[in-house]
Amino acid sequence: MAGTMTGGNGVSQNRSDKKDSLGAWVKSGAPWVWLNAAAVSVSLLLVIGLITLIAARGMGHFWPTAVYELVYQDQQGQRIHLAGQISQIEKVSAKRLLESGIPVAEGVETVKRILLKIGNRELGGEDFRWILEPGILQQTRPLSIAVLEREEWGTFIGRVIGLKQEGQLLESRDVWGDFQLRIERAADLRVQIKKLEKGDIAAVNYRIEKLRLRERRLQLDGVNETAPYEELNKRREELQAQYQHLEDQLTELSKTIRRDSVIMQTSDREEVELPLYSVIDAWQPNSMSGLERMKHYFQKVWAFVTEDPREANTEGGIYPAIFGTVLMVLLMTVVVTPFGVIAGVYLKEYARQGLLTRIIRIAVNNLAGVPSIVYGGFGLGFFVYTLGGSIDQLFFEEALPSPTFGTGGLFWASITMALLTLPVVIVSTEEGLARIPRSIREGSLALGATQWETLWRTIIPMASPGIMTGLILAVARAAGEVAPLMLVGVVKLAPSLPLDGNFPYFHPERKFMHLGFHIYDVGFQSPNVEAARPLVYATALLLIIVILLLNMVAIHIRNNLREKYRGL
Amino acid sequence: MNAVPPVSAVAGPVRSARFHQRRSRKDRAVRWLVSIGGVGVISAVLLIFFYLLYVVLPLFLPATTDLVNIAENVRWQDSQAVYLSVEEQLEVGLRVSRSGEAEFFSVSEGISLQTQKLPLRENTRLIASSRAIEFDGTVAVISDTGRMLVFTHRYETQFSGGVDTRQIVPEILFPYGKQALLVLPNTDISAIAVSDNDADLVLAATGVDGRVKMEMISKAENFLTGEITLEKHPAEAQMDFKITAVTISGNHKWLYLGDDRGNLHRLKLDTLELLQTVKLGDSAITTMSMLLGGISVLAGDASGTISQLFPVRGQDNEYRLELIRQFRQQSASIVQILPEQRRKGFLALDAQNGLGIYHSTANRLVHFQILESGKPLGLALSPRANGLLIEGENGSLDMLAIKNEHPEISFSSLWQKVWYENYEKPEYVWQSSASTNEFEPKFSLTPLVFGTLKAALYAMLFAIPLALMGAAYTAYFMSPALRNWVKPSIEIMAALPTVILGFMAGLWFAPWVEENLAAIFMILLILPPGLLIFAWLWHQYEGPVKTWVPEGWEPILQLPLLLGLGMLAMWLAGPVQTLFFGGDLRIWLSNEAGIPYDQRNALVVGCAMGFAVIPTIFSIAEDAIFGVPESLSDGSLALGATPWQSLMRVVLPTASPGIFSGLMIGLGRAVGETMIVLMATGNTPIMDWNLFEGMRTLAANIAVEMPESEVGGSHYRILFVAALVLFLFTFVVNTGAELIRQRLRDKYSSL
Repeated sequence: MAGTMTGGNGVSQNRSDKKDSLGAWVKSGAPWVWLNAAAVSVSLLLVIGLITLIAARGMGHFWPTAVYELVYQDQQGQRIHLAGQISQIEKVSAKRLLESGIPVAEGVETVKRILLKIGNRELGGEDFRWILEPGILQQTRPLSIAVLEREEWGTFIGRVIGLKQEGQLLESRDVWGDFQLRIERAADLRVQIKKLEKGDIAAVNYRIEKLRLRERRLQLDGVNETAPYEELNKRREELQAQYQHLEDQLTELSKTIRRDSVIMQTSDREEVELPLYSVIDAWQPNSMSGLERMKHYFQKVWAFVTEDPREANTEGGIYPAIFGTVLMVLLMTVVVTPFGVIAGVYLKEYARQGLLTRIIRIAVNNLAGVPSIVYGGFGLGFFVYTLGGSIDQLFFEEALPSPTFGTGGLFWASITMALLTLPVVIVSTEEGLARIPRSIREGSLALGATQWETLWRTIIPMASPGIMTGLILAVARAAGEVAPLMLVGVVKLAPSLPLDGNFPYFHPERKFMHLGFHIYDVGFQSPNVEAARPLVYATALLLIIVILLLNMVAIHIRNNLREKYRGL
Repeated sequence: MNAVPPVSAVAGPVRSARFHQRRSRKDRAVRWLVSIGGVGVISAVLLIFFYLLYVVLPLFLPATTDLVNIAENVRWQDSQAVYLSVEEQLEVGLRVSRSGEAEFFSVSEGISLQTQKLPLRENTRLIASSRAIEFDGTVAVISDTGRMLVFTHRYETQFSGGVDTRQIVPEILFPYGKQALLVLPNTDISAIAVSDNDADLVLAATGVDGRVKMEMISKAENFLTGEITLEKHPAEAQMDFKITAVTISGNHKWLYLGDDRGNLHRLKLDTLELLQTVKLGDSAITTMSMLLGGISVLAGDASGTISQLFPVRGQDNEYRLELIRQFRQQSASIVQILPEQRRKGFLALDAQNGLGIYHSTANRLVHFQILESGKPLGLALSPRANGLLIEGENGSLDMLAIKNEHPEISFSSLWQKVWYENYEKPEYVWQSSASTNEFEPKFSLTPLVFGTLKAALYAMLFAIPLALMGAAYTAYFMSPALRNWVKPSIEIMAALPTVILGFMAGLWFAPWVEENLAAIFMILLILPPGLLIFAWLWHQYEGPVKTWVPEGWEPILQLPLLLGLGMLAMWLAGPVQTLFFGGDLRIWLSNEAGIPYDQRNALVVGCAMGFAVIPTIFSIAEDAIFGVPESLSDGSLALGATPWQSLMRVVLPTASPGIFSGLMIGLGRAVGETMIVLMATGNTPIMDWNLFEGMRTLAANIAVEMPESEVGGSHYRILFVAALVLFLFTFVVNTGAELIRQRLRDKYSSL
């Protein structure tokens, strides 16, 4: 390209009269060129730096880092025993420490401050503790120390010293091995309980609720005969009997799962008995080999993407958020594709090209730049309150006053997103169509094909990569957009997925979870931000990877397309 | 889907006419379908604008009233009423006559439901009444012998079965006993007032001879038994002016008196000591009332002016009554002021039967009309302020249905400084909701617009230099191979979800900046000179390394250099702080320079949002520069200009409209961005350009408040005003940018 060539000329020109002075160099504008180049480098550094940072923080979380046992002298001069994993190290200026009343030795300018993840929240009240490096008197990495991941109260760090079964201390040679076996047993039982709770019992409850709604419907319709009511009552009694039966099973299971407990010793030699049913996993990071660490790492990553969140989203996985995002985006694509493509085809192929079409084109183009929150407000006001409210009045009267479609949900969120991405699809469809040379159209028409046949057989297939690009960009945008969703149906914790085993299987009126909102919610609304932060980084990384992949695919298709039609 | 086989005009089998007919029918059908679909989709998209307008419009519609005659010639027990009221559902009314008959009646038919005699002495008649605005239902009446009684009236909703069987059961209670609570004998009573809150009941009566008598009855609740004991604190004083009106402040600290010379006097309530006198005008004050909340006093005078005053805390921590605003829209003497019970609005009746509906915060007369029903003997405003019950002469009963949904909206309340209650001076404030009913909503959009512009400005300050310089280099100097990589990489920045940028800004960058504030400024100071020095050295250097970096690849060479300079800046930050700022710039700023510092501030938002805007500006500007025909710069170079000179004097001026349109689209994005500002600012609606303080933007405000606002309420609609403002702003900016770009495209094609 000319610019580059001239640029090259410029530099060589500079080089040829080497002896020129600083003044001449400045006058030629070369320093400015250099600064402009720096702007590019800074932008690149920012992108690379950001992604690297998120990647490092997000991926590091699952690695089984070493547990240190410390003898630490705190600010009051007391010696305490601590055990924990290092989660952050920073330097603090001595002045700031002095200002907050912490004594610092003379002549020291900065002090290393370490954030230690000590776990054991039920004992000390806090998961994390800041310690100052000078206070560390002794530091070891004992092999036997274990990290326990639990259903509640976060992690526990300590030594396993014994096991109990139904309150009786077990004689065991290999305590750790037995412990692992019993964790597996508890895990099996936990799966059974979850299946019972989320599957069978939830299904029965769902059916009972349906019966209640049907009864209400009968009342609303003014049915006075007793026969239909009796029928409903009979069915309800059956279901209630079923429910009772399941409930008994559940009680039985939860009794079985509570059989074992483990006795742990904390770093300050306190013995604690923990119920084993709440222990999800246990490992001894200091004695793990590299391969074991790798295995552990991938297990944790897998658990992260396949499990439900725990403890107000600060632990566990993000499966429902992934599920919600994907389902929302899919539903959005189903809506946006036909409408966007039809509108694009209409504008390019059928509409009379004139001033009006030009104005519409500009308007549609600009809608892509309208802030997403405006779409959110529109979605809330028009879709949820106006349309949803009317749908409830017409079809779901029996459920009122609790709204069915009259509140935010997956369906409205998808439609709002479809509206938001519609301009992208229309514009790219139009561009795709515009790129097809006139000669192809004329050739087809000259052979006697109708306009529709020309479109369907030649133009649209040729333009399909362009349309695909638009769709992929739309999907990428929808997957990352959060602001409008906050108004139309995303929640921090959805009790059930929008897709389940209860007829009609797909429940588009339900609220759902979303990766982007998950980041916002856990990062900013969570009670325990410190503990949740690594998970937010991991979630962010996942979202970035998905969106970057989608964008790269779109760019790739676009580039290929350009190559393909260059000859035409 | 399409079953038609390929048609070959040359060798294909001969098809029947029906086949061709079907084809052309299909073609027409598709034409219709696509046209309908296309127009439908496009209008659906444009619907957004009209929907926003539709939601916003009711804010600006005037209030309307509708006078409905309920009954003529109602046979009241006594022809003259001293008190009239109506309950929330507009179904049951209460009328107290001069002879002390308290009569509940059905509003819809005007027939009596229940009558009760108030415990009056023989041969006395009631002459005046007053209702407490804080506690619905507490009413004081006074007899011609100066004996003041207090009763309350309550309405209980009962269901005897099913939703449709609602019944409202009224009752009258005497929680403070049936005896007279205050006695002001031997004079003609000029005005009375009552005020009631959780702690005390206060009564006041004034005589035409200038006497004021006050009775404060404290309600002390025994914690163990729950029993309420009443304790009385009386006070009496003699004034040297003619008292025409009286009212009591809601906090029970002050008593306000109006006189016949247009003065308003503030007295200490428990001692009746005169504290302050404010001159409102020359006409006599005719009536006074507290506004909802018991903070503002409304005083109507004989000339038709209504003044609003409230106590303002001064420099010395003393309260002084200030005249806040005056309404001069009515021309006859104000007879009665009726405050609304849910909003800061009020109704005023004048001597010529003119009725004005006002709103204090909005500073406007919402509606004015002359009551055609003649001079009203009694008025009662319903608790929802949607109906005014009017008792006319000869026992006629009318209901003025009032549709006044959004009185608090006016140009001044949305965009100008407003003097709110409990504020020291007029200010721009956005504070949309609070826990109590008596709260004065503050709907000034100015701080939000200010916050939006502040965030956008700092973002643009960060983004413009990087994006434009980067675009110029990429388009004009960079080698094509590198450009093929760099351009998509920077464009991918645009695809990064803003929630991630906001999260990084709020949770990582903001604390980092707080810790390393000095380093940020050191980087700004060190980078440009460092780069230039290196450039000069690189220019002078001639050696093997130079061949490793071909022309147009400088950015790659600079990456390690920039990292190095950044480290240098970080390392230098410590000593520089110790030298100039006492060891810590951040502490120095708040303690020495007096600049408040929030962790999530405009600097953080500027960087994060700037980061989000860079790719937009970069991409459009780069396209514009790259598209400048080569012949132009070739000509310039051939005439001896250096590449930089060609860029600055020839290429950039030609591409400037495109660059400008890139800036505008970037601005549009910065203005509408939600998640970054939501997460990286404190979201406090303050108005200050300080780089180290936060802001609240229109978009973030919508995201935070819209889900909780009541559908159809003023707050909800104002949020839609904000959405409409955003919509129009971005739409206009983007359209402008698009037109400029199209013109530019035409220009290039002619070159």
